[in-house]
Amino acid sequence: MCVGDTVSKIDIECRVNGKLSRLQAYPMARLLDILREELHLTGTKEGCGEGECGACAVLMNGAIVNSCLIPAVEADGEEIRTIEGIASGAQLHAVQDAFLECGGAQCGICTPGMVIAAVALIDRHPHPGDAEIREGLAGNLCRCTGYQKIFAAVVRACEAADTPLSGNR
Amino acid sequence: MEEKLFGHSVIRKEGRDKVTGRAQYVDDISFPGMIYGATVRSSIARGRITGVRYGDGIPWSEFTIVTAADIPGKNEIAAIAHDQPCLADQFINHPEEPIVLLAHPDKYLLEEARRAVQIDVEPLPAIFAIEDSLARCCIISGEDNVFKSYRVEKGDVDAAWARADVVVEGEFRTGSQEQLYIENQGMIAVANPREGVTVWGSLQCPYYVLKALVTLFGLPNEKVRVIQAETGGGFGGKEEYPSMIAAHAALLAWKSGKPVKIIYDRAEDMVATTKRHPSRTRHRTGVTGDGKLVAMDIDFVIDGGAYATLSSVVLSRGTIHAAGPYFCPNLRIRSQAVATNAPPHGAFRGFGAPQSIFALERHFDHVARALNLPPEEFRRRNFLRKGQTAATGQVIHEDVDLSGLLDRALKESDYHAKHERFARENFGASIKRGIGISSFMHGAGFTGSGEVTLASIVEMEATPEGCVRILTASTEIGQGTNTVFSQIAADALGIGFDCIEIARPDTASVPNSGPTVASRTAMVVGKLVEAAALSLKRTLLESGLLCEACTEDEFVRACRRYIETRGPLRSRSQYEPPPGLYWDDATYSGDAYGTFAWAVYVAEVAVDTITFEVRVTDFVAVQEVGRVIHPVLAAGQIEGGVAQAIGMALYENVVWREGRMANGQMTNYIMPTAADIPPIRVFFEEQPYPFGPGGAKGIGELPMDGPAPAILNAIENATGICLREIPATPELLMDAMAEKADVRG
Amino acid sequence: MRAYIPSYDLRIPGSLTEALGLLAREPGIWQPFAGGTDLMVLLEAGKLSHKRFLSLSKLADLRGIEVTSDSVILGALTTYTEIQRHSVLQAEFPLLCAAARETGSIATQNRGTLGGNIVNASPAADSPPALLVYDAEIELISERGVHWLPYHGFHTDYKKMHLAPDELLRAIRLPRRAKPWRQYYRKVGTRKAQAISKVCFAGAAQMEAGTIRDIRIALGSVAPIVLRAVKTEDALRGAKLGPEIIARAKETLAREISPIDDIRSTARYRLRVTQNLLEEFLSHLGR
Repeated sequence: MCVGDTVSKIDIECRVNGKLSRLQAYPMARLLDILREELHLTGTKEGCGEGECGACAVLMNGAIVNSCLIPAVEADGEEIRTIEGIASGAQLHAVQDAFLECGGAQCGICTPGMVIAAVALIDRHPHPGDAEIREGLAGNLCRCTGYQKIFAAVVRACEAADTPLSGNR
Repeated sequence: MEEKLFGHSVIRKEGRDKVTGRAQYVDDISFPGMIYGATVRSSIARGRITGVRYGDGIPWSEFTIVTAADIPGKNEIAAIAHDQPCLADQFINHPEEPIVLLAHPDKYLLEEARRAVQIDVEPLPAIFAIEDSLARCCIISGEDNVFKSYRVEKGDVDAAWARADVVVEGEFRTGSQEQLYIENQGMIAVANPREGVTVWGSLQCPYYVLKALVTLFGLPNEKVRVIQAETGGGFGGKEEYPSMIAAHAALLAWKSGKPVKIIYDRAEDMVATTKRHPSRTRHRTGVTGDGKLVAMDIDFVIDGGAYATLSSVVLSRGTIHAAGPYFCPNLRIRSQAVATNAPPHGAFRGFGAPQSIFALERHFDHVARALNLPPEEFRRRNFLRKGQTAATGQVIHEDVDLSGLLDRALKESDYHAKHERFARENFGASIKRGIGISSFMHGAGFTGSGEVTLASIVEMEATPEGCVRILTASTEIGQGTNTVFSQIAADALGIGFDCIEIARPDTASVPNSGPTVASRTAMVVGKLVEAAALSLKRTLLESGLLCEACTEDEFVRACRRYIETRGPLRSRSQYEPPPGLYWDDATYSGDAYGTFAWAVYVAEVAVDTITFEVRVTDFVAVQEVGRVIHPVLAAGQIEGGVAQAIGMALYENVVWREGRMANGQMTNYIMPTAADIPPIRVFFEEQPYPFGPGGAKGIGELPMDGPAPAILNAIENATGICLREIPATPELLMDAMAEKADVRG
Repeated sequence: MRAYIPSYDLRIPGSLTEALGLLAREPGIWQPFAGGTDLMVLLEAGKLSHKRFLSLSKLADLRGIEVTSDSVILGALTTYTEIQRHSVLQAEFPLLCAAARETGSIATQNRGTLGGNIVNASPAADSPPALLVYDAEIELISERGVHWLPYHGFHTDYKKMHLAPDELLRAIRLPRRAKPWRQYYRKVGTRKAQAISKVCFAGAAQMEAGTIRDIRIALGSVAPIVLRAVKTEDALRGAKLGPEIIARAKETLAREISPIDDIRSTARYRLRVTQNLLEEFLSHLGR
């Protein structure tokens, strides 16, 4: 069993949380690892490495994706927003405030991905009904909350925010 | 003591860090020069190791390689028994047993290297089923494969059968369940003979890890330091297992001289770490014609896997809870924990009670039917009341009102109306609906003399800024430890929430408050927090620097003044048992727990007879919990536990092949998503427990006990199909329906 | 994470010509990489033995949904999200939209592509049964030329299909039907969302006064390939719906599929549920 040929790293340029980042990565290196290890943005988490749990979710060109399934090559030239880019400085996003108020986070490991999912959901559906909330969050697994207070947080965020994606109170 | 925060839903102490992604879990932490560790594991269930070969194509000289020979102290993960090695040396006793450890700076190359290590083995016969272990098909542990057994007797059960008008028997099984915390297990270690061992990790019990490392390295306690990182869920899965992964990281650090990080990926975590003990329970119950229990004989067996680890304690709790919240004058519970060649099973929320309560609550629906009584009525006639004795002879001293809880649960779930409506509408419907109940209790704190043995300590100190810091080994794992302790301390001191700090659980600076398990953190350790706070305040009052009715500003100034003029301001409180508790380990009788939380749950299901899928459509959880310290956190515990139990009941199937979990990926081990969980409606009653902070009882595990039997009772109500095992998958339901149809002809 | 990442190459050709040229010069060396939602999972499990991939992400020729008077043509790189949001697909090809909605999670749907799903050739794929029911055709392109073929028959055995090593799937064509057919789609998974199917049933029929004028039935997860149940269709075509016809159709279906026991389910569950879904579909037709 031998390691085999290795390929050269490639140059990647992407905008992460509004900031242009230039780095080098293996073509199939996961965006998740690039964010965490190259850019030291450790808010995005690995829960499964199979695209099932959503803990690694980020927004890529405004759409929610699982960063564990995005190779570096595909992230080149794209606009990426992670949990670190959801608040505006010290001002939390309405979703984050709602999670705090409603108890949407317990152990917190699913929370970054869940916040991203909630932000993406509300962007598409400013006043989602129960079925839409469940569908919108079905790609993010939470083991602690039983989802109840996460649903409540989404509803609360809509009440408070009433503005699209970039809305912060 | 004025309750300003107690009973209110303040914002979670570490909440802001969690919602912004700033909270630092172990994989978010790095040290200069840190390298990565990986574990080479056995692929067979049982055998003798004849050799280890390191394949070609890997630059082995760059690697740190550790085997059992490198262990400075004892090759053992110190727990209760001494049978579990840290690294397998001559013999393998379960699949995925750790044998060789590797470390290297390149994560990718490390994984290649792991695959390149070949373990040569001579297989030995292995056993995988409880029946085979009991039958001693071969002896794989000790002299008889039995890790532990208990016998609880009350009254004279043999004579009591004669007084029963109806006798009902039943056998029930529960499968394994994976804790599936979303954060995989991980540890970072720094270790060398000169300075000792320090580990950072995802864990519930810092002092358990310390004890294990002390034994492994042969070091004095002061040379070992364990620090908890933010932990992404535990549910018991990080009670004992972290000792193993900490040991591995520390051995690699010790040998390499570098910091070593081991983070499991999901596949490794699923197949190699602990799971819930599978169980088999046999019931024989004698009742009078008017529905009163006269005799119960219960045989309860759990599968402990290859090593004893915590099986004796899981068995204990399962045994004590096996007869439920009912009064039966004559009973016998015989229980055993047996060995199989699976990775050792371990702590998982409920800890034996969900298994034995599942069996009881399913069985009691059948007993009710045999008596022609509605299931709720049969239960009502036998509920424990104040002054009566539970299974171990414990006299119930509190004003328990299970009947009241039942009434509330029936009302909130609209039970009777739905029961009647479903019976009518199910005729000819392809989706059949049903409703089912369960009633149960969960003892909070360690069993019997356990809390006395733990002798937990909490310390408190004033900070130079004049705030107060709580020093405890109790960990925040999502359940709200930091927040609840802050509420308790703030109210006791008469200051605000933000003036309380929680020290990071670091064994170098916090005392041993016991493990974060057994639903004891709020009730037992929270009480110590309260006591330590009152003691600290008393010191300030006695110093004359503070008067009783003070503002927070005055308090802060007084602390600072005290520190300036007199030195450190500290307090300490240590566990003392409530008076009048008596437990006999030899006869396993007496006061098993200081108190119980009591509950009645109602599950409503829809069974699709086309696909045999069962959906829980509504869930009502009513429980008496002493006092609710934080309504949102308390409800969060119940909701999360119910969701986990719905998973246990319907979705979470561990597929075993020769002792190994074959479906060790989230794609194939199915936990419920946001689309699967029904509304969970939580109701609390409060009957203050005098020895809990503000009257609070422990509730973390309670919600795990009730849902599974309530759901299967509802399935039986909907379809007439009697399922006796969980998970009740659609495949199982279909086979049971087909069998029933065949039998009917 | 079980893969040795440095040994994997992923190139992005800038044009279709460049991509096809590479595939022609080095057939079998390069595998196409679309959304990555299947391949990356294999990679992370350490099960991706192929090492050199061509990303299709810059190939505009493979994107877009075109509506003509007689068909809808979807580029191979059409994502599940794009499918769900397209008004003509919603109106005339609802089974495909239903399938797209039930595939993975929204995050998966934003990246996963229809072409990737076809070429990945899982017998448990959610969209292919809908494609079969819609008589889809697929366009394959290589340096040697372009040709269309019916999707039915494209898969020959488990993970085997009529795709040459130098060919790319470019587009999928769905002929528009003049009069709407009655349509039915049901995926039975391990849970309500993010589930691999245990059984997947797509059906469409043209009814006239209780008689089945024409019918299509396609199934997932009950054979080595996604299956058009042609024998069952033949048994039903031209028949007047009634209990005996339904019973016979269920029997024919049982002989036409070959479900297995696997990590998710059992052969007998799959068989029984497939038959039940057929009955449910036919009962809906009767209304």
